[in-house]
Amino acid sequence: MAKTIIPVGPYHPLQEEPEFFKLLVEGEKVLELEIELGYNHRGIEKIAESKSYDQVIFLVERVCGICSTSHPIASVNALEDLAGIRVPERALYIRSIIGEMERLHSHLLWLGLAGHFIGYNTVWMWAWKYREPVLDIFERITGNRQHYAMMKVGGVRRDIESDDIPGIWKMVDGLLPALDMFKGAVMDDPVIHARLKGVGILTKEDVVAYGAVGPTARASGVAIDVRKDDPYAAYPLVDWQVITQEEGDVFAKAVVRILEMYESIKIVKGCLDKLKLVGGEIDAKVKEIPPGEGIGRHEAPRGEVFHYVRSDGSNRPVRYKVRAPSYMNVPTNQKSVVGGTVSDATITLAAVDPCYCCTERVAVVDRKTGRKGLTGQELIKLSQEKTLRIKKEMVV
Amino acid sequence: MAEEILARIKDEFSKKILKVFEKSSRRIYIDFDAKDIPEVVSFLFREMGGRLATATGIDTRKNIEILYHFSFDSSGTIISLRTLIDKKNPEIESVTPIIKGAEWIEREMHELLGVNFRNHPNLKRLLLPEDWPERKYPLRRE
Repeated sequence: MAKTIIPVGPYHPLQEEPEFFKLLVEGEKVLELEIELGYNHRGIEKIAESKSYDQVIFLVERVCGICSTSHPIASVNALEDLAGIRVPERALYIRSIIGEMERLHSHLLWLGLAGHFIGYNTVWMWAWKYREPVLDIFERITGNRQHYAMMKVGGVRRDIESDDIPGIWKMVDGLLPALDMFKGAVMDDPVIHARLKGVGILTKEDVVAYGAVGPTARASGVAIDVRKDDPYAAYPLVDWQVITQEEGDVFAKAVVRILEMYESIKIVKGCLDKLKLVGGEIDAKVKEIPPGEGIGRHEAPRGEVFHYVRSDGSNRPVRYKVRAPSYMNVPTNQKSVVGGTVSDATITLAAVDPCYCCTERVAVVDRKTGRKGLTGQELIKLSQEKTLRIKKEMVV
Repeated sequence: MAEEILARIKDEFSKKILKVFEKSSRRIYIDFDAKDIPEVVSFLFREMGGRLATATGIDTRKNIEILYHFSFDSSGTIISLRTLIDKKNPEIESVTPIIKGAEWIEREMHELLGVNFRNHPNLKRLLLPEDWPERKYPLRRE
Protein backbone atom coordinates (compact mmCIF):
# COMPACT_ATOMS: atom_id res chain seq x y z
CA MET A 1 0.00 0.00 0.00
CA ALA A 2 1.24 3.52 -0.80
CA LYS A 3 2.60 5.64 2.02
CA THR A 4 1.13 9.10 2.52
CA ILE A 5 2.16 12.09 4.58
CA ILE A 6 -0.63 13.79 6.54
CA PRO A 7 0.42 17.24 7.78
CA VAL A 8 -1.15 18.42 11.04
CA GLY A 9 -0.22 22.06 11.59
CA PRO A 10 1.70 24.36 11.85
CA TYR A 11 -1.60 25.73 13.09
CA HIS A 12 -3.28 22.75 14.67
CA PRO A 13 -6.89 22.63 13.47
CA LEU A 14 -8.18 21.80 16.96
CA GLN A 15 -5.64 23.08 19.44
CA GLU A 16 -4.93 26.47 17.81
CA GLU A 17 -1.32 25.73 18.60
CA PRO A 18 1.66 26.49 16.37
CA GLU A 19 3.31 23.10 16.22
CA PHE A 20 3.74 20.89 13.20
CA PHE A 21 3.13 17.14 13.30
CA LYS A 22 3.99 15.23 10.14
CA LEU A 23 2.29 11.82 10.14
CA LEU A 24 3.60 9.21 7.71
CA VAL A 25 0.72 6.79 7.19
CA GLU A 26 -0.01 3.60 5.31
CA GLY A 27 -3.75 3.29 4.97
CA GLU A 28 -5.06 4.13 8.43
CA LYS A 29 -1.91 3.18 10.30
CA VAL A 30 0.65 5.75 11.49
CA LEU A 31 4.18 4.58 10.65
CA GLU A 32 6.24 7.58 11.67
CA LEU A 33 5.77 10.91 13.38
CA GLU A 34 7.97 13.94 12.87
CA ILE A 35 7.54 16.97 15.13
CA GLU A 36 8.61 20.47 14.17
CA LEU A 37 8.42 23.34 16.63
CA GLY A 38 9.84 26.80 17.25
CA TYR A 39 6.96 28.80 15.76
CA ASN A 40 6.42 30.40 19.13
CA HIS A 41 10.06 30.76 20.25
CA ARG A 42 10.42 34.11 21.98
CA GLY A 43 13.97 33.86 23.31
CA ILE A 44 12.90 34.24 26.97
CA GLU A 45 16.19 32.78 28.30
CA LYS A 46 18.12 35.43 26.40
CA ILE A 47 15.77 38.24 27.48
CA ALA A 48 16.17 37.11 31.12
CA GLU A 49 19.88 37.98 30.98
CA SER A 50 18.95 41.63 30.50
CA LYS A 51 16.35 41.82 33.31
CA SER A 52 16.72 42.30 37.05
CA TYR A 53 15.74 39.35 39.26
CA ASP A 54 12.46 41.02 40.19
CA GLN A 55 11.65 41.46 36.50
CA VAL A 56 12.70 37.89 35.64
CA ILE A 57 9.85 36.51 37.76
CA PHE A 58 7.34 38.60 35.81
CA LEU A 59 9.05 37.56 32.56
CA VAL A 60 8.91 33.80 33.21
CA GLU A 61 5.25 34.16 34.19
CA ARG A 62 4.75 34.85 30.46
CA VAL A 63 6.30 31.54 29.37
CA CYS A 64 2.86 29.96 29.58
CA GLY A 65 -0.61 31.41 29.63
CA ILE A 66 -2.36 28.43 31.22
CA CYS A 67 0.01 27.39 33.97
CA SER A 68 1.23 30.95 34.44
CA THR A 69 2.21 30.61 38.11
CA SER A 70 4.26 27.43 37.54
CA HIS A 71 7.30 29.19 36.17
CA PRO A 72 7.34 31.91 38.86
CA ILE A 73 7.19 29.21 41.59
CA ALA A 74 10.12 27.33 40.00
CA SER A 75 11.92 30.65 39.60
CA VAL A 76 11.60 31.71 43.24
CA ASN A 77 12.57 28.18 44.31
CA ALA A 78 15.74 28.47 42.18
CA LEU A 79 16.66 31.90 43.53
CA GLU A 80 15.92 30.86 47.12
CA ASP A 81 18.12 27.77 46.61
CA LEU A 82 20.86 30.03 45.24
CA ALA A 83 20.71 32.54 48.09
CA GLY A 84 19.68 30.15 50.88
CA ILE A 85 16.55 32.10 51.82
CA ARG A 86 13.96 30.93 54.35
CA VAL A 87 10.42 31.85 53.41
CA PRO A 88 7.85 32.78 56.13
CA GLU A 89 5.38 29.95 56.78
CA ARG A 90 2.28 31.94 55.84
CA ALA A 91 3.73 32.64 52.36
CA LEU A 92 4.29 28.90 51.83
CA TYR A 93 0.55 28.19 52.26
CA ILE A 94 -0.36 31.00 49.90
CA ARG A 95 2.05 29.63 47.26
CA SER A 96 0.47 26.18 47.44
CA ILE A 97 -3.08 27.55 47.29
CA ILE A 98 -2.24 29.50 44.11
CA GLY A 99 -0.40 26.48 42.63
CA GLU A 100 -3.28 24.09 43.30
CA MET A 101 -6.06 26.40 42.14
CA GLU A 102 -4.08 26.71 38.93
CA ARG A 103 -3.94 22.91 38.62
CA LEU A 104 -7.73 22.83 39.07
CA HIS A 105 -8.47 25.26 36.26
CA SER A 106 -5.77 23.80 34.00
CA HIS A 107 -7.02 20.20 34.38
CA LEU A 108 -10.61 21.37 33.81
CA LEU A 109 -9.47 23.15 30.65
CA TRP A 110 -7.78 19.96 29.40
CA LEU A 111 -10.78 17.82 30.30
CA GLY A 112 -13.03 20.11 28.28
CA LEU A 113 -10.69 20.10 25.28
CA ALA A 114 -10.28 16.32 25.44
CA GLY A 115 -14.08 15.97 25.42
CA HIS A 116 -14.26 18.33 22.45
CA PHE A 117 -11.60 16.35 20.51
CA ILE A 118 -13.55 13.11 20.73
CA GLY A 119 -16.86 14.80 19.91
CA TYR A 120 -18.17 14.80 23.48
CA ASN A 121 -19.04 18.48 23.51
CA THR A 122 -21.22 18.25 26.62
CA VAL A 123 -18.10 17.56 28.70
CA TRP A 124 -16.41 20.51 27.01
CA MET A 125 -19.23 22.93 27.87
CA TRP A 126 -19.62 21.68 31.45
CA ALA A 127 -15.89 21.53 32.21
CA TRP A 128 -15.35 25.07 31.04
CA LYS A 129 -18.42 26.25 32.92
CA TYR A 130 -16.97 24.89 36.16
CA ARG A 131 -13.56 26.38 35.36
CA GLU A 132 -15.00 29.89 35.49
CA PRO A 133 -15.57 30.10 39.29
CA VAL A 134 -11.89 29.17 39.80
CA LEU A 135 -10.82 32.06 37.59
CA ASP A 136 -13.26 34.40 39.36
CA ILE A 137 -11.62 33.53 42.70
CA PHE A 138 -8.22 34.23 41.16
CA GLU A 139 -9.46 37.62 40.03
CA ARG A 140 -10.82 38.32 43.48
CA ILE A 141 -7.66 37.44 45.41
CA THR A 142 -4.94 38.42 42.92
CA GLY A 143 -6.67 40.92 40.63
CA ASN A 144 -6.16 38.76 37.53
CA ARG A 145 -7.71 35.66 35.93
CA GLN A 146 -4.27 34.72 34.63
CA HIS A 147 -0.73 36.01 35.31
CA TYR A 148 -1.41 36.50 39.00
CA ALA A 149 2.02 37.99 39.82
CA MET A 150 1.82 36.49 43.31
CA MET A 151 5.35 35.07 43.63
CA LYS A 152 8.43 36.97 44.74
CA VAL A 153 11.80 35.89 46.08
CA GLY A 154 11.36 35.33 49.81
CA GLY A 155 7.56 35.17 49.83
CA VAL A 156 4.45 36.33 48.02
CA ARG A 157 3.31 39.76 46.84
CA ARG A 158 -0.21 39.71 48.28
CA ASP A 159 -1.76 38.18 51.34
CA ILE A 160 -4.95 36.13 51.24
CA GLU A 161 -7.18 38.10 53.58
CA SER A 162 -9.30 36.28 56.14
CA ASP A 163 -12.52 37.53 54.50
CA ASP A 164 -11.38 35.91 51.21
CA ILE A 165 -11.16 32.47 52.81
CA PRO A 166 -14.93 31.63 52.93
CA GLY A 167 -15.21 32.50 49.21
CA ILE A 168 -12.37 30.15 48.25
CA TRP A 169 -13.80 27.44 50.49
CA LYS A 170 -17.24 27.81 48.89
CA MET A 171 -15.74 27.65 45.40
CA VAL A 172 -13.79 24.41 45.97
CA ASP A 173 -16.78 22.86 47.76
CA GLY A 174 -18.96 23.82 44.80
CA LEU A 175 -16.51 22.08 42.50
CA LEU A 176 -16.78 18.71 44.28
CA PRO A 177 -20.22 17.68 42.91
CA ALA A 178 -19.05 18.75 39.43
CA LEU A 179 -15.96 16.55 39.78
CA ASP A 180 -18.15 13.64 40.88
CA MET A 181 -20.19 14.18 37.74
CA PHE A 182 -17.09 14.23 35.49
CA LYS A 183 -15.71 11.17 37.24
CA GLY A 184 -18.93 9.35 36.40
CA ALA A 185 -19.14 10.78 32.88
CA VAL A 186 -15.65 9.55 32.03
CA MET A 187 -14.96 6.56 34.25
CA ASP A 188 -18.37 4.85 34.04
CA ASP A 189 -19.25 5.57 30.42
CA PRO A 190 -18.92 2.53 28.09
CA VAL A 191 -18.56 4.82 25.04
CA ILE A 192 -15.58 6.64 26.58
CA HIS A 193 -14.06 3.26 27.53
CA ALA A 194 -14.43 2.08 23.94
CA ARG A 195 -12.94 5.31 22.58
CA LEU A 196 -10.00 5.83 24.96
CA LYS A 197 -8.97 2.52 26.50
CA GLY A 198 -5.95 0.92 24.86
CA VAL A 199 -5.44 4.04 22.72
CA GLY A 200 -2.04 5.76 22.52
CA ILE A 201 -0.29 3.57 25.07
CA LEU A 202 2.95 4.87 26.57
CA THR A 203 4.84 2.14 28.42
CA LYS A 204 6.84 2.59 31.61
CA GLU A 205 10.04 1.95 29.63
CA ASP A 206 9.13 4.74 27.18
CA VAL A 207 8.52 7.16 30.08
CA VAL A 208 12.00 6.41 31.43
CA ALA A 209 13.69 6.62 28.00
CA TYR A 210 12.08 9.96 27.12
CA GLY A 211 12.24 11.40 30.64
CA ALA A 212 8.50 12.17 30.57
CA VAL A 213 7.04 13.97 33.59
CA GLY A 214 3.74 14.84 35.29
CA PRO A 215 0.43 13.11 34.54
CA THR A 216 2.01 11.66 31.36
CA ALA A 217 4.47 9.69 33.54
CA ARG A 218 2.04 8.98 36.38
CA ALA A 219 -0.55 7.47 34.00
CA SER A 220 2.09 4.92 33.00
CA GLY A 221 2.76 3.86 36.58
CA VAL A 222 5.81 6.07 37.20
CA ALA A 223 5.05 7.74 40.53
CA ILE A 224 7.07 10.94 40.20
CA ASP A 225 5.77 14.23 41.56
CA VAL A 226 8.09 17.07 42.59
CA ARG A 227 5.62 18.11 45.30
CA LYS A 228 6.30 14.82 47.15
CA ASP A 229 9.83 13.99 45.93
CA ASP A 230 11.53 17.36 46.50
CA PRO A 231 9.11 19.08 48.92
CA TYR A 232 8.69 22.86 48.72
CA ALA A 233 6.03 25.46 49.53
CA ALA A 234 3.36 23.96 51.86
CA TYR A 235 3.15 20.55 50.14
CA PRO A 236 4.91 18.65 52.99
CA LEU A 237 2.71 20.43 55.57
CA VAL A 238 -0.72 19.20 54.42
CA ASP A 239 -2.22 15.79 53.70
CA TRP A 240 -2.58 14.56 50.09
CA GLN A 241 -1.71 11.64 47.78
CA VAL A 242 0.12 11.17 44.47
CA ILE A 243 -2.27 9.69 41.87
CA THR A 244 -1.03 6.99 39.50
CA GLN A 245 -2.53 4.60 36.97
CA GLU A 246 -0.81 1.64 35.32
CA GLU A 247 -2.20 1.42 31.78
CA GLY A 248 -0.46 4.38 30.10
CA ASP A 249 -3.30 4.93 27.60
CA VAL A 250 -5.34 8.08 27.01
CA PHE A 251 -8.00 6.84 29.43
CA ALA A 252 -5.42 6.49 32.22
CA LYS A 253 -4.18 10.04 31.59
CA ALA A 254 -7.74 11.35 31.87
CA VAL A 255 -8.32 9.40 35.12
CA VAL A 256 -5.08 10.71 36.64
CA ARG A 257 -6.06 14.32 35.94
CA ILE A 258 -9.62 13.91 37.25
CA LEU A 259 -8.48 12.23 40.48
CA GLU A 260 -5.70 14.79 40.92
CA MET A 261 -8.28 17.55 41.12
CA TYR A 262 -9.70 15.97 44.31
CA GLU A 263 -6.18 16.05 45.78
CA SER A 264 -5.77 19.70 44.77
CA ILE A 265 -8.99 20.52 46.63
CA LYS A 266 -7.63 18.66 49.68
CA ILE A 267 -4.43 20.73 49.53
CA VAL A 268 -6.30 24.03 49.12
CA LYS A 269 -8.57 23.24 52.10
CA GLY A 270 -5.61 22.08 54.22
CA CYS A 271 -3.74 25.31 53.46
CA LEU A 272 -6.80 27.48 54.15
CA ASP A 273 -7.18 25.84 57.57
CA LYS A 274 -3.54 26.63 58.35
CA LEU A 275 -3.88 30.22 57.10
CA LYS A 276 -6.45 30.82 59.82
CA LEU A 277 -3.87 29.81 62.46
CA VAL A 278 -0.56 31.00 61.02
CA GLY A 279 -0.14 34.75 60.91
CA GLY A 280 2.90 36.90 60.46
CA GLU A 281 4.99 38.09 57.58
CA ILE A 282 4.48 37.00 53.97
CA ASP A 283 7.83 38.24 52.69
CA ALA A 284 11.42 37.69 53.86
CA LYS A 285 12.39 41.07 52.32
CA VAL A 286 15.35 39.90 50.28
CA LYS A 287 17.72 42.73 49.35
CA GLU A 288 20.16 41.11 46.95
CA ILE A 289 21.11 37.84 45.25
CA PRO A 290 24.70 36.72 45.96
CA PRO A 291 26.96 35.04 43.36
CA GLY A 292 26.27 31.34 42.87
CA GLU A 293 23.93 28.91 41.18
CA GLY A 294 20.52 27.52 42.02
CA ILE A 295 17.99 24.98 40.81
CA GLY A 296 14.25 25.30 41.37
CA ARG A 297 11.42 22.99 40.43
CA HIS A 298 7.65 22.99 40.59
CA GLU A 299 5.10 20.34 39.73
CA ALA A 300 3.06 22.24 37.16
CA PRO A 301 -0.29 20.80 35.95
CA ARG A 302 1.66 19.22 33.04
CA GLY A 303 4.63 18.02 35.08
CA GLU A 304 7.98 19.16 36.41
CA VAL A 305 9.11 22.70 35.55
CA PHE A 306 12.89 23.03 35.89
CA HIS A 307 14.77 26.32 36.30
CA TYR A 308 18.52 26.81 36.62
CA VAL A 309 19.94 30.24 37.44
CA ARG A 310 23.49 31.52 37.76
CA SER A 311 24.38 34.81 39.39
CA ASP A 312 27.63 36.78 39.47
CA GLY A 313 26.40 39.00 42.30
CA SER A 314 24.95 41.72 40.09
CA ASN A 315 21.20 42.35 39.90
CA ARG A 316 20.78 40.31 36.69
CA PRO A 317 21.30 36.60 35.99
CA VAL A 318 24.33 35.50 33.97
CA ARG A 319 22.38 32.52 32.66
CA TYR A 320 18.74 31.60 33.08
CA LYS A 321 17.62 28.16 31.90
CA VAL A 322 13.96 27.15 31.66
CA ARG A 323 12.68 23.68 30.88
CA ALA A 324 8.92 23.29 30.63
CA PRO A 325 7.21 19.88 31.07
CA SER A 326 5.83 19.69 27.51
CA TYR A 327 9.43 19.77 26.26
CA MET A 328 9.87 16.27 27.71
CA ASN A 329 6.30 15.05 27.11
CA VAL A 330 5.63 16.02 23.48
CA PRO A 331 8.40 13.74 22.04
CA THR A 332 6.73 10.73 23.71
CA ASN A 333 4.13 10.96 20.93
CA GLN A 334 6.72 9.23 18.75
CA LYS A 335 5.89 6.13 20.79
CA SER A 336 2.23 6.62 21.64
CA VAL A 337 0.98 7.82 18.23
CA VAL A 338 3.10 5.55 16.01
CA GLY A 339 1.43 2.18 15.45
CA GLY A 340 -2.03 3.59 16.10
CA THR A 341 -4.59 4.83 13.59
CA VAL A 342 -4.94 8.33 12.16
CA SER A 343 -8.27 8.77 13.92
CA ASP A 344 -6.61 8.12 17.30
CA ALA A 345 -3.72 10.48 16.59
CA THR A 346 -5.56 13.71 17.49
CA ILE A 347 -6.67 12.62 20.95
CA THR A 348 -3.31 10.93 21.63
CA LEU A 349 -1.41 14.10 20.68
CA ALA A 350 -3.70 16.03 23.00
CA ALA A 351 -3.38 13.53 25.86
CA VAL A 352 -0.03 14.87 27.07
CA ASP A 353 -1.83 18.22 27.45
CA PRO A 354 0.65 20.20 25.35
CA CYS A 355 1.01 23.71 26.67
CA TYR A 356 -0.21 26.61 24.59
CA CYS A 357 -0.48 30.30 25.23
CA CYS A 358 -3.83 31.94 25.78
CA THR A 359 -2.57 35.45 25.51
CA GLU A 360 -4.93 36.70 22.84
CA ARG A 361 -6.41 40.10 23.56
CA VAL A 362 -9.76 41.68 22.78
CA ALA A 363 -10.01 44.38 20.12
CA VAL A 364 -12.52 47.14 20.87
CA VAL A 365 -13.71 49.44 18.08
CA ASP A 366 -15.36 52.73 18.92
CA ARG A 367 -18.19 53.10 16.38
CA LYS A 368 -18.32 56.89 16.52
CA THR A 369 -14.61 57.62 16.12
CA GLY A 370 -13.58 54.33 14.47
CA ARG A 371 -10.65 54.15 16.93
CA LYS A 372 -9.38 50.60 17.46
CA GLY A 373 -7.90 49.17 20.60
CA LEU A 374 -7.61 50.45 24.15
CA THR A 375 -4.74 52.18 25.87
CA GLY A 376 -2.94 50.50 28.74
CA GLN A 377 -4.56 52.90 31.21
CA GLU A 378 -8.05 52.15 29.87
CA LEU A 379 -7.45 48.40 30.11
CA ILE A 380 -6.26 48.70 33.70
CA LYS A 381 -9.31 50.81 34.56
CA LEU A 382 -11.69 48.26 32.98
CA SER A 383 -9.91 45.42 34.77
CA GLN A 384 -10.09 47.15 38.15
CA GLU A 385 -13.76 47.93 37.70
CA LYS A 386 -14.48 44.28 36.91
CA THR A 387 -12.51 43.05 39.91
CA LEU A 388 -14.49 45.35 42.18
CA ARG A 389 -17.74 44.12 40.64
CA ILE A 390 -16.73 40.47 41.19
CA LYS A 391 -15.76 41.20 44.78
CA LYS A 392 -19.16 42.78 45.39
CA GLU A 393 -21.05 39.88 43.77
CA MET A 394 -19.09 37.28 45.69
CA VAL A 395 -19.69 38.54 49.20
CA VAL A 396 -20.20 35.40 51.25
CA MET B 1 19.70 9.47 50.55
CA ALA B 2 21.68 12.17 48.77
CA GLU B 3 24.81 10.98 50.61
CA GLU B 4 24.26 7.41 49.37
CA ILE B 5 23.94 8.59 45.77
CA LEU B 6 27.08 10.71 46.04
CA ALA B 7 29.00 7.88 47.75
CA ARG B 8 28.10 5.47 44.96
CA ILE B 9 29.25 7.90 42.25
CA LYS B 10 32.47 8.60 44.17
CA ASP B 11 33.03 4.87 44.53
CA GLU B 12 32.59 4.20 40.82
CA PHE B 13 34.49 7.20 39.44
CA SER B 14 36.97 8.02 42.24
CA LYS B 15 39.78 8.76 39.77
CA LYS B 16 37.70 10.68 37.26
CA ILE B 17 35.95 13.18 39.53
CA LEU B 18 37.60 16.60 39.27
CA LYS B 19 35.57 18.39 41.93
CA VAL B 20 32.48 17.95 44.10
CA PHE B 21 30.40 20.92 45.25
CA GLU B 22 27.55 20.27 47.68
CA LYS B 23 25.43 23.39 47.32
CA SER B 24 22.80 22.04 49.70
CA SER B 25 21.58 18.67 50.93
CA ARG B 26 19.66 17.97 47.71
CA ARG B 27 21.72 19.92 45.13
CA ILE B 28 25.14 18.46 44.24
CA TYR B 29 27.47 19.50 41.41
CA ILE B 30 30.23 17.15 40.19
CA ASP B 31 32.89 18.18 37.68
CA PHE B 32 34.15 15.72 35.05
CA ASP B 33 36.36 15.83 32.01
CA ALA B 34 34.31 15.96 28.78
CA LYS B 35 35.66 12.61 27.58
CA ASP B 36 34.24 10.84 30.66
CA ILE B 37 30.72 12.25 30.29
CA PRO B 38 29.14 9.39 28.23
CA GLU B 39 30.39 6.79 30.71
CA VAL B 40 29.14 8.73 33.74
CA VAL B 41 25.80 9.56 32.09
CA SER B 42 25.31 5.91 31.18
CA PHE B 43 26.03 4.84 34.78
CA LEU B 44 23.70 7.43 36.31
CA PHE B 45 20.87 6.60 33.88
CA ARG B 46 21.16 2.82 33.51
CA GLU B 47 22.60 1.67 36.83
CA MET B 48 21.29 4.28 39.26
CA GLY B 49 17.91 5.15 37.71
CA GLY B 50 18.62 8.87 37.36
CA ARG B 51 16.30 10.92 35.15
CA LEU B 52 17.89 13.50 32.86
CA ALA B 53 15.76 16.55 33.73
CA THR B 54 17.60 18.77 31.26
CA ALA B 55 21.05 20.09 30.38
CA THR B 56 22.16 23.71 30.59
CA GLY B 57 24.77 25.21 28.28
CA ILE B 58 26.58 28.37 29.36
CA ASP B 59 29.06 30.56 27.53
CA THR B 60 31.60 31.48 30.24
CA ARG B 61 33.57 33.56 27.69
CA LYS B 62 36.62 31.27 27.95
CA ASN B 63 34.75 27.98 27.66
CA ILE B 64 31.38 26.50 26.97
CA GLU B 65 30.14 24.90 30.18
CA ILE B 66 27.58 22.09 30.06
CA LEU B 67 25.58 20.92 33.06
CA TYR B 68 23.66 17.64 32.85
CA HIS B 69 20.99 17.80 35.56
CA PHE B 70 20.03 14.32 36.79
CA SER B 71 17.05 14.02 39.09
CA PHE B 72 16.92 11.15 41.57
CA ASP B 73 13.22 11.34 42.25
CA SER B 74 12.91 9.00 45.22
CA SER B 75 15.12 11.33 47.29
CA GLY B 76 14.50 14.68 45.53
CA THR B 77 18.23 15.02 44.84
CA ILE B 78 19.62 16.71 41.74
CA ILE B 79 23.12 15.71 40.66
CA SER B 80 24.47 18.14 38.06
CA LEU B 81 27.43 16.86 36.04
CA ARG B 82 29.57 19.80 35.00
CA THR B 83 32.06 19.80 32.15
CA LEU B 84 33.99 22.50 30.31
CA ILE B 85 34.71 22.34 26.60
CA ASP B 86 36.89 24.49 24.38
CA LYS B 87 35.01 27.52 23.00
CA LYS B 88 37.01 27.59 19.75
CA ASN B 89 35.97 24.07 18.88
CA PRO B 90 33.05 23.16 21.15
CA GLU B 91 32.58 19.43 20.74
CA ILE B 92 31.38 16.63 22.97
CA GLU B 93 30.02 13.12 22.56
CA SER B 94 26.21 12.99 22.31
CA VAL B 95 24.30 11.22 25.10
CA THR B 96 21.18 10.74 22.94
CA PRO B 97 22.24 7.17 22.01
CA ILE B 98 22.07 6.45 25.78
CA ILE B 99 19.01 8.56 26.68
CA LYS B 100 16.40 9.12 23.97
CA GLY B 101 15.02 12.11 25.88
CA ALA B 102 18.29 14.04 25.34
CA GLU B 103 17.63 14.47 21.62
CA TRP B 104 15.84 17.84 21.79
CA ILE B 105 18.05 19.09 24.64
CA GLU B 106 21.19 18.59 22.54
CA ARG B 107 19.61 19.94 19.36
CA GLU B 108 18.64 23.12 21.21
CA MET B 109 22.14 23.57 22.68
CA HIS B 110 23.61 22.92 19.24
CA GLU B 111 21.72 25.77 17.59
CA LEU B 112 21.78 28.26 20.48
CA LEU B 113 25.42 27.80 21.59
CA GLY B 114 27.04 26.07 18.62
CA VAL B 115 28.05 22.88 20.44
CA ASN B 116 28.71 19.94 18.13
CA PHE B 117 27.38 16.72 19.64
CA ARG B 118 29.32 13.86 18.05
CA ASN B 119 27.23 10.86 16.94
CA HIS B 120 23.90 12.59 17.57
CA PRO B 121 21.34 10.76 15.38
CA ASN B 122 19.54 13.90 14.19
CA LEU B 123 21.47 17.10 14.88
CA LYS B 124 19.30 19.64 13.07
CA ARG B 125 17.67 22.85 14.26
CA LEU B 126 14.89 22.66 16.84
CA LEU B 127 13.61 26.16 17.57
CA LEU B 128 15.34 28.63 15.26
CA PRO B 129 13.77 29.35 11.86
CA GLU B 130 15.25 27.89 8.67
CA ASP B 131 16.46 31.27 7.43
CA TRP B 132 18.44 32.03 10.61
CA PRO B 133 22.08 32.69 9.53
CA GLU B 134 24.65 29.91 9.88
CA ARG B 135 27.23 30.16 12.70
CA LYS B 136 25.21 32.79 14.55
CA TYR B 137 24.53 31.51 18.07
CA PRO B 138 22.04 33.56 20.12
CA LEU B 139 23.27 32.48 23.58
CA ARG B 140 26.96 33.15 22.88
CA ARG B 141 28.58 36.23 24.46
CA GLU B 142 30.59 38.00 21.80
